[in-house]
Amino acid sequence: MKLIINKKEYNVPDSYGEKRLTDYIRDELDLTGAKNACQMNACGACAVLLNNEVIKICHVLVKDAEGKEILTIEGMENPDGTLHQLQQAFVDAGAIQCGFCTPGMVLTAHAFLMKNPKPTREQIRKALQGNLCRCTGYQQIIDAVEMASEYYRKN
Amino acid sequence: MNKISWRNDAYAKVTGKVKFADDIKFPQMLHAIPVYSDFVHAKIKNIDTSAAEKSEGVVRVITVKDVPGVNRWGQIIKDFRIFAEDKIFYNGDVVAIVVAETKALAMQASELVKVDAEVLPSILDPEEAMKPGSLLVHEEHGTNIINQHKVRRGNPKKAFEKCDLILEKEFSTQTIEHAYMEPEVAVCNPRPDGVIEVYAGMQHPFSTRRFTAALLGVPLADIEIVGVPVGGGFGGKDDTIAIVCARTALAAKLTGRPVKMSYTREWSIRESYKRHPYKVYYKMGLTKDGIIKAVETKIIADGGAYCSVTPWVTWRSTVQCCGPYVVENVHCDTYGVYTNNVVTGAMRGFGSPQMNFVIESMIEIASEKLRIPSIEFRKKNMVRQDSITITGQKLDNHKVAMEDVLDVMLKESDYFEKYKKCKTEIKEDEVYGIGLAMSYRGMSLGAEGVDFCAAIINVQADGSILLETGIHENGQGSESAMCLILARELGVKLERIRYRKPSTSNIPDSGTTVASRGTVMGGGATVNAVKELKKIIFEYASSKFECPIDELEIRDDKVFSKNKTAPFEEIIKGMYGERIYPYAFGVFKAPKVTWDEETGQGVAYFSFTYGCQVVELTVNKKTGKVKLLNAYAAHDTGKVANESMTLGQFYGGMAMGTGYALHEEVKSTDGKIKTLNFNSYRIPRATDMPEMKAVLVQNPDPNSPSGAKGIGEPTNELMAPAIANAIYNATGKRFYKLPMKIDVKKELEVLQ
Ligand code: FES
Ligand code: FES
Repeated sequence: MKLIINKKEYNVPDSYGEKRLTDYIRDELDLTGAKNACQMNACGACAVLLNNEVIKICHVLVKDAEGKEILTIEGMENPDGTLHQLQQAFVDAGAIQCGFCTPGMVLTAHAFLMKNPKPTREQIRKALQGNLCRCTGYQQIIDAVEMASEYYRKN
Repeated sequence: MNKISWRNDAYAKVTGKVKFADDIKFPQMLHAIPVYSDFVHAKIKNIDTSAAEKSEGVVRVITVKDVPGVNRWGQIIKDFRIFAEDKIFYNGDVVAIVVAETKALAMQASELVKVDAEVLPSILDPEEAMKPGSLLVHEEHGTNIINQHKVRRGNPKKAFEKCDLILEKEFSTQTIEHAYMEPEVAVCNPRPDGVIEVYAGMQHPFSTRRFTAALLGVPLADIEIVGVPVGGGFGGKDDTIAIVCARTALAAKLTGRPVKMSYTREWSIRESYKRHPYKVYYKMGLTKDGIIKAVETKIIADGGAYCSVTPWVTWRSTVQCCGPYVVENVHCDTYGVYTNNVVTGAMRGFGSPQMNFVIESMIEIASEKLRIPSIEFRKKNMVRQDSITITGQKLDNHKVAMEDVLDVMLKESDYFEKYKKCKTEIKEDEVYGIGLAMSYRGMSLGAEGVDFCAAIINVQADGSILLETGIHENGQGSESAMCLILARELGVKLERIRYRKPSTSNIPDSGTTVASRGTVMGGGATVNAVKELKKIIFEYASSKFECPIDELEIRDDKVFSKNKTAPFEEIIKGMYGERIYPYAFGVFKAPKVTWDEETGQGVAYFSFTYGCQVVELTVNKKTGKVKLLNAYAAHDTGKVANESMTLGQFYGGMAMGTGYALHEEVKSTDGKIKTLNFNSYRIPRATDMPEMKAVLVQNPDPNSPSGAKGIGEPTNELMAPAIANAIYNATGKRFYKLPMKIDVKKELEVLQ
């Protein structure tokens, strides 16, 4: 079985097919950006993109991701190693506190801005409602997404 | 963006490269999991681990029998059973841990651990538990009352006789969960030299080290708590994670291999301590011209099965039991009580959110009865410069900014204009309300604990600087704040500074990173270390520049005398050449506080911080749904080190307060928690929060070397009363209980 993660192909032994995707990428591939926080599809800490759709992978099996393009936070930086504009916006807006929700937030916002690069703050809130953050009250996260939207409009 | 917005860990966090405890692994690492029992209160007859031990992949099953050191520990009363002994005290008690090659194999084996026990009646109502003759949770304690605090001021009985209005109300608040996004995880690595390294996100490494060393029966120096990022704490990463670390360290010691214990959300919510639910009886006496003459109150806090820090939490409730108001006659009795409910302990706010809900509701009830506008009423009674608090403390050593923050809020929110809109339908079925609440808060620990902190500045030969303090990064940006304070105070570029990853083996015990004390205490220690460092540098520079010491200064990364100047690193290099080390150790001890337990009088805190918040909302007449429209907060933050991070503390605190007001409740049936994950325990989402506006009122605090005040908690303690008052102003419905849920069927008349 093959998984395509951050544009890289991984050969996955079939015996891992029934494993949860979070466990597989964290434990076997050391891609630890996706977090375990509820493991029941209720918080978004494990969110990654599968073919540009946000999916909470704590309830996805490895075999169900076969052949899909997976983007994790580790693949988010620009090819030259600089922060992606959205990531930079999170830094600049003070949207990061403990950082545990951040990977899921960034990826969810990324998928959203690709579809809607001119969102209202209300729309941003809706897009992020599946991602829990206990630290920030969301205000500066929404600022960050708003700030970054300009980049998505231009690109 | 010209605000100071800098974090030393932002890059690591936004790229997912940061390693939380669960992201750390060691070769040959084993996995441990906790085993609970079905009981709430029971006498254990036997714990049978034999089948589990034989299960596939199991390396060891550990129970209290395997504990080489002390199994009972705690920061105040040593009553926590790290492993259950002969009794189950609550449903989160751990009877054993299973250590296996994988977590899945450990889970499989844990099913096979059998606990044979005799069920005892559970004690779940603290008021019943307080009664003489009640069954005891901890027999050796002799009573279910963990602690009592008092305030005795004036003579309320007499004063009530002369009052024109006496109000008596009862309030209750719920148990809530910290819901840090990262559940408890500990990784312990036994080093060949005999030291066990502990990796875990926590707030109090020094206490964790004490728990761990005690359980293992080893000296403190044999345990090294290595700082790792914390995925949220809010007061909750103290006792429980300390216990998880202690158990994991024991597993590492007994197996000789690295061990990880990674909690699921369900285990975390089941076992970890919570915010205390309160029952408050409040009697207030007033004159008809609007002066609060007397308060009599009885506060009962459910402490759950173990003491944890209940005496400290309830102490703050006692000291602040009249809010920011001057009251001459006060009689307060506060009790922390043992029950078989989940343990309760430290949580952001620390005994104030409950009381502020009570007081700021009472204030509005009273002002309405007296027909005095509530703001005018507040202004008549609130603390001002040189006021005497209910514990007899004169507020004369810092700026009392109560009226400032109130006025700022009134203006910022356009309170009076908007107040006129209350009860009107601004959209179909949506009635409008605005509400306000204010508080003052004693800074740092106060007479609750010993308040001190250390910092080490170690300037390297090339002029780069390593900083370490005893304050722990909880995600709030404290490392960054310390670096910013160091750069500012020393007069050098921020780029020179690296924060050294803290370890309990490097720096003296500096207490816990709670009570909004991080910036105040760590910043204080840093400032004092800078003073020491400057002495050393200036002594060298004065001989080099041939000038008196008092002519010297460091700014813009350079050392100056009246007519000479040299780059910072050149001076440092010269010092190394002469074997003079630019290494400084600084300590900040909080100014003295005093407390008399019998009278409840004394200088409770070395300073106070002042806050006011306003909420605008609508209530839907058909569904009862509350929608927040805007929220405003003004707090006296002292001198701010990192503006963007400070704002983050405002917004995060307000969100947590919103959850407390409207959504959150740990629900139990017969002592067993039912809301074990985020599907049933509902914390605020992005769509639940309104746009928030924060105003920083910066009065540098003369008692804090860096000028900073704590802000993490004040922002959290005002949302519930502000929302309660706004709901009242919208609907006429007054809540005496949290969380506030409008039952439209019952409340229909009020709403229409
Ligand atoms: S861990 Fe997957 S949604 Fe919470
Ligand atoms: S930053 Fe801590 S949970 Fe979002």
